[in-house]
Amino acid sequence: MTRESAAAVPAVLPQAIVRGPRFRLWELALWLAALLSWFVLPRQAPMLNEMAILALFAVSLDLILGYAGIVSLGHAAFFGTGAYVAALFAKHVMPDPLAGLAVAAAAAALLGLATSVLVLRGSDLTRLMVTLGIALILYELANRFDNITGGADGLQGVVMAPLFGRFAFDMGGRVAYLYTLTVLFLLFLIARRIVHSPFGFGLRAIRDNPRRASAIGIASNVRVAAVYTLAATYAGIAGALLAQTTGFASLDVYDFHRSADVLLVLVIGGVGWLYGGLIGAVLFTLMHDVLAGITPQYWQFWIGLLLVILVLVGRERISRAAGRLLPARRHASNGNPHP
Amino acid sequence: MLTILFDGVAYGMLLFLLASGLAVTLGLMNFVNLAHGAFAMAGGYLTAVLSNRMGVPFLACLPLAFLFSAALGAVLEPTLYRRLYRRPHLDQVLFSIGLVFMTVAAVDYYFGSTQQFVRIPEFLKQRFEIAGMGIGAYRLFIIVVCGLLALLMQAVLSRTRFGSRLRAAVDDPPVASGLGIDVNRIFLVTFAFGSGLAGLGGALGAEILGLDPTFPLKFMIYFLIVVAVGGTTTITGPLLASLLLGIADVAGKYYVPKLGAFIIYSVMIAILMLRPQGLFARAGGK
Repeated sequence: MTRESAAAVPAVLPQAIVRGPRFRLWELALWLAALLSWFVLPRQAPMLNEMAILALFAVSLDLILGYAGIVSLGHAAFFGTGAYVAALFAKHVMPDPLAGLAVAAAAAALLGLATSVLVLRGSDLTRLMVTLGIALILYELANRFDNITGGADGLQGVVMAPLFGRFAFDMGGRVAYLYTLTVLFLLFLIARRIVHSPFGFGLRAIRDNPRRASAIGIASNVRVAAVYTLAATYAGIAGALLAQTTGFASLDVYDFHRSADVLLVLVIGGVGWLYGGLIGAVLFTLMHDVLAGITPQYWQFWIGLLLVILVLVGRERISRAAGRLLPARRHASNGNPHP
Repeated sequence: MLTILFDGVAYGMLLFLLASGLAVTLGLMNFVNLAHGAFAMAGGYLTAVLSNRMGVPFLACLPLAFLFSAALGAVLEPTLYRRLYRRPHLDQVLFSIGLVFMTVAAVDYYFGSTQQFVRIPEFLKQRFEIAGMGIGAYRLFIIVVCGLLALLMQAVLSRTRFGSRLRAAVDDPPVASGLGIDVNRIFLVTFAFGSGLAGLGGALGAEILGLDPTFPLKFMIYFLIVVAVGGTTTITGPLLASLLLGIADVAGKYYVPKLGAFIIYSVMIAILMLRPQGLFARAGGK
């Protein structure tokens, strides 16, 4: 398993950087399957759409958790901001979806840049509290200014213009799903390129050993702030997609359970490789669907049980077993570097 | 004005009682236990069931709530928590969030999602006035109980052999165990005691904080604030932090009802930025 030890053996790195990420067969198959689902499962389009949004959200969390080692309990802050900005923009300024997406992404990026200063300092606990605090503050603000956000009732009556002026969002959600899937695919490609670039390797060095990383001349703060902003942008876009495709945004987008759910999604799929978010989102949504069908009110219990078992059995052990199935899987230590 | 201060102190004392166990977990074994509120909820629900359905007097319920939560802690610590001390914080966070989700759903299943009320005895329901300050007997009772417990904890920590062992284990577990201190056992006892205190806090606080299945989630951030702002190396740190938080929260809810929580979270972030180790961290501690 030379690939698995790549992070530990520096001699392998330059070659990997020069070669760049190569598309493997199973990756192509995965994306083809996603595209195929649009043709084969037209009735399931709303659920698939939800899956794709969750996947993008999880990829965004993976950028900071898996690659920079920042444990965040408040990633919904950016998701919610994207959702509200997209919904408000469509309602008051312009109903064009792509313009709304760009504005929402910019707003989330600004918020990410502003708050990235706060996660640079302190221990894991401090970061945990700060990220959680930011999400709570935004929740309170959205609740306070309910004349703008609609408060607990939500922001209703968000009507989107047709995509490119031609493809109207239909009731069945098929246009929405294709729209989301395309955005997810493009953003995924960008993220994939970034994490395989020298910048991405630098991030992993910081995650694994911050002191050594700064000793060899990696500017930790700049890189962490940059990836935090990037992740915020992605989360904002995911939120915007949700608001645009469902035509609705409510306080729920800032809720703690969103931050916790996306953490679980990523953990199910595997932290520290981008496909973890995608696979986790598929499994989580299916599981949610099945469990909610059996016990609509108490499915959280089973989610909790799954988390406890995952941790007790050991996430590494599970992902190693999965790694044998997918040979190209990049193994990552999710550990918190203890200096 | 003085009444608000008084209510704030009572609220703060309650928060201290609830969060002091978490300070130990975080300080001693560096374990991020987001499920601490679940132990408090266990104590609260036990009291609700005992006093409402079985007619056990409220005052007798309090020690039972303590024992129940302590027993729960004593069972869970060696079976589940101990395995995760050396694991990354992410694992601990996931594990304890999982526990919270399970307890929330389980309590919802058995007791329903409505708020539970605990019947407190008549003599604690009185109100009287001293120098223009309206005082509820129940809040006075809470302040007295929590104050005595805080004094007791301080005495145990600073005067007894167990206390010095605990402090040694907090400061440097490997060296402490090298000196023949059974760190595991100390931690088991402390964890159980902390859980018991949380249970007692849950029982006492059911009347003031409200008791429903989402209790552990609702107050998670408050416990974390107390510990992160107060630091984990002393008793006085979390105590002062809880009082500060309690007064600020009560006053905030009274004067600026819609922005109260907002102010608290902002102040918390500001404090954590200026003093990442907490306001009252001891110099030279880890």
